[in-house]
Amino acid sequence: MFNTLQEKFPLIQKFALLGGIVAIYLTAVGVVITFSLRNLIGTFVSLGHVFLVLGAVGAGVLIAQQFKDEDDASTYVAGFLTGAMSSVSLILFNIVVQLFVVQASEEGVFHLREMFVNFSPDSLAFLTFGQGFLFGNVLLFFLFGLMGLLGVSFIRLPEKIRRGWINGLIWVFSVGLFSENVSQVIRELFKYSGTSFNKILFTQKALNPVAAIVLFALTFAFGYMGIKTATSQKWAAMPVEKQKTGRIVITVMAVIFVAALPWLVGLFLSQALFIIGMYVMMGLGLNIVVGYAGLLDLGYVAFFAFGAYTMGILTTTGVLGRSDLNFWTALPFAMLVGVLWGVLLGFPVLRMRGDYLAIVTLGFGEIIRILALSNWLAPLGGGAQGVLHIPQPEFFGLSMNSPQAMYYLVVLGAVLAAFVTIRLRDSRLGRQWMAMREDEDVAEAMGINLVQTKLLAFSIGAAFSALAGSIFAARLGNIFPHSFNILISINALALIIVGGLGSIPGVVVGAIILIGLPEMLREFAEYRLLMYGILLIIMMIVKPDGFMPEARRRQEIKDEKDFLTEQAAKSEG
Amino acid sequence: MLKQYFDRFSWVDFFLRVFQLAAVVVIIVGIFNSIGAAKYTSGQWVTLVFAGLAQGSIYALIALGYTLVYGILLMINFAHGDVYMAGAFTAVFLANSMAASGFLATHPVWAVLLLILLAASVSMVLNVVVERVAYRPLRGAPRLVPLITAIGASFTIEYTFRGLYGAEFQSYPIIPALDGQYWNVAGFAIPYTQIVVLVAAILLMAALFFFIERTKIGKAMRAVSEDKEVARLMGIDVDKTIMITFAIGGALAGAAGVFNGIFRPQGVFFFMGFIPGIKAFTAAVLGGIGNIPGAMVGGLFLGVFEAIGPNLILEGLGIPAVNQLRDAFAFTILVLILIFRPQGIFGERLSETKA
Repeated sequence: MFNTLQEKFPLIQKFALLGGIVAIYLTAVGVVITFSLRNLIGTFVSLGHVFLVLGAVGAGVLIAQQFKDEDDASTYVAGFLTGAMSSVSLILFNIVVQLFVVQASEEGVFHLREMFVNFSPDSLAFLTFGQGFLFGNVLLFFLFGLMGLLGVSFIRLPEKIRRGWINGLIWVFSVGLFSENVSQVIRELFKYSGTSFNKILFTQKALNPVAAIVLFALTFAFGYMGIKTATSQKWAAMPVEKQKTGRIVITVMAVIFVAALPWLVGLFLSQALFIIGMYVMMGLGLNIVVGYAGLLDLGYVAFFAFGAYTMGILTTTGVLGRSDLNFWTALPFAMLVGVLWGVLLGFPVLRMRGDYLAIVTLGFGEIIRILALSNWLAPLGGGAQGVLHIPQPEFFGLSMNSPQAMYYLVVLGAVLAAFVTIRLRDSRLGRQWMAMREDEDVAEAMGINLVQTKLLAFSIGAAFSALAGSIFAARLGNIFPHSFNILISINALALIIVGGLGSIPGVVVGAIILIGLPEMLREFAEYRLLMYGILLIIMMIVKPDGFMPEARRRQEIKDEKDFLTEQAAKSEG
Repeated sequence: MLKQYFDRFSWVDFFLRVFQLAAVVVIIVGIFNSIGAAKYTSGQWVTLVFAGLAQGSIYALIALGYTLVYGILLMINFAHGDVYMAGAFTAVFLANSMAASGFLATHPVWAVLLLILLAASVSMVLNVVVERVAYRPLRGAPRLVPLITAIGASFTIEYTFRGLYGAEFQSYPIIPALDGQYWNVAGFAIPYTQIVVLVAAILLMAALFFFIERTKIGKAMRAVSEDKEVARLMGIDVDKTIMITFAIGGALAGAAGVFNGIFRPQGVFFFMGFIPGIKAFTAAVLGGIGNIPGAMVGGLFLGVFEAIGPNLILEGLGIPAVNQLRDAFAFTILVLILIFRPQGIFGERLSETKA
């Protein structure tokens, strides 16, 4: 055992360093301390703790993967060592804070705290668990060692136990994380029966420790018995007709679920669902431009803005109002304006190569935002004041002023967009887009009219974005130029990349992860773009086809891999 | 001959040509009206031009980073503006403590040199790290893939620094030795800060030019940008050369961050790199991407355009509050150049096989 450890010590050092860098990065950037307010279990395990130990756990996982051929004992010892050593960076952090912030003199010209805002006594207290400087750091060291062990356990435990272990942890973590939302759902479900599960399950917006243990035991058993795999095996063994009826039942249930959702989750989350739906719509549109046609458009927000402003100007009765159309009659105009600008802005960039296209569209988006802000166009779009008092849509005399009603509208729009996208993808035009994405010159040689194909991609994508924008304007009632910044384009781009370029379920999954999650975790707001940035890099390097890859793309990647392995085999043979 | 022309007729070209003519007409009408109205004195124009030159030299320094990287890897390092921010944002704290201790007043030259050293090293290290983490694993991937990671890197850097240093605006201290000093030449008063920035930037650019043209590493960089494979066969460590390129680009951007602080002390915050980044890219394209002297001239050109353009052209068209549109004007230049002359004024310097 000592020999293996000695032999592999450089690896341990390397991963410990990596884990330590992750830990100190998350601490110094403030992720740990911000999320320490969000309790998961009781008041003693918070999301901050999870982020704190992320590096150590990750290092443990990596070390376990490297120790595949070694015996259990040395692997676990290595995991402990790696984890414990990765705490060194944080211990240094604690010493720095202790020396230069807690004990710093007031008269000095340089205050560390003014530069690094998170080098605070609060961080120090959190990192030492409120146990004093010396004992706290020792505790930190051993806790990190244990977390290294945890990481190893994810890989090394016997299969059945491992499955249960991971399943249990994930469930406890997710229920604890979303305890506010889960308790809201339970409250709505048992509104009339009078039982209060919530009091048993949750304390102070976090899981009750006892409830956490019970939940863990249940989900552990679930994973241990392998119920999920058993069910899917049974499903596969069923005859085809039965599967067909089963699918219909599942679809009906899904529709009922989606329809009932806003009434289950309360007002606040209905608003979040509305935003998710809006981004699904935008994502589907951008997916046509980027995913199918391969044109990287970073100015997608421009069309969103055109939709919103058209809706605002056409329906408002204020000074800027040009006509008093209602929502439904203004909607086609908003989309039409989107299409027109899609063609107009698409036209000059027809001859441009891919990376320049991205920058030019980015420029367009910024130009339009600046113009909307300027005094020059203020008589048209209100300048910095924006367009105010946009009426809510009415549906047969009912004013749709609640988030729930708008949720249905947005779901309808998203379903429509998805339908159009699917039909287009399987049409001649869709195949032309994909041919163009793969190779423009070859596509042109095959007789594809690039001008028409590109413009159609731009204008259809723009129409969806304008649709989302006009619904957004009607929901908010007031629109300001500041709402239409580059970040909206980046949100939409990130969600289709995380979901998988060109994949329609991917857009939904991406919107739920990237838009829904930050809406549910309000503290996230500050860090959501950090998360997006890191996700974009990691996705492109590790999983370029996204979480829900499109079937054709998956095939392409597989073909490429097969080809490469074949080549490798050939060169060896 | 006319028949030949009609055979090759394409609506796209036709509309682009019409668009081009319209842009030229608008510019000429604007200039004509502005000059006819004689709203500004020649002294005011000169002030604007010098402010533009100083600003332009900052764009030029950032643009060099874009152009060096594009020349070698054929990718837009979208995060480069944020690398500039990193240097400027880090050095602001040192600058403020120097001002508080009085060092800045007693030894201004040493203080500024130290600031440049700090900013340049932070930006340099950051740019190298970005290259190592986000770009190197993707060598040989389709062109859009590194662009997407670059966008990711850009946001990661911005929000990392927001987390580290907070979201508040910081500002550089006024350097007492330069404060309120003007250089009077031919009846025009030009602030010392602008002259210092301009001269320092030009010195740096000259140093870079000699580095690329005269040293062995510079030769290696040129070889790698010409053909990576052949360069490798000649015994050049391609990865190391690319790393050095990123390091140089980063260092120049960091120095630009300090110059920006001297010339325009306010507005140092985590998002400050975004717009200068795009403008510097515009400058790089303006001078012909991959072309080092081009980036320098392009930066200066863009600075001057941007400084006088809104007053010279937009005001003549009767547009109110033209200063709000300064950024929009610069982006319009970007769009027009990319549409009508993507090879830039002086032409691209990319090897044939790549462009």
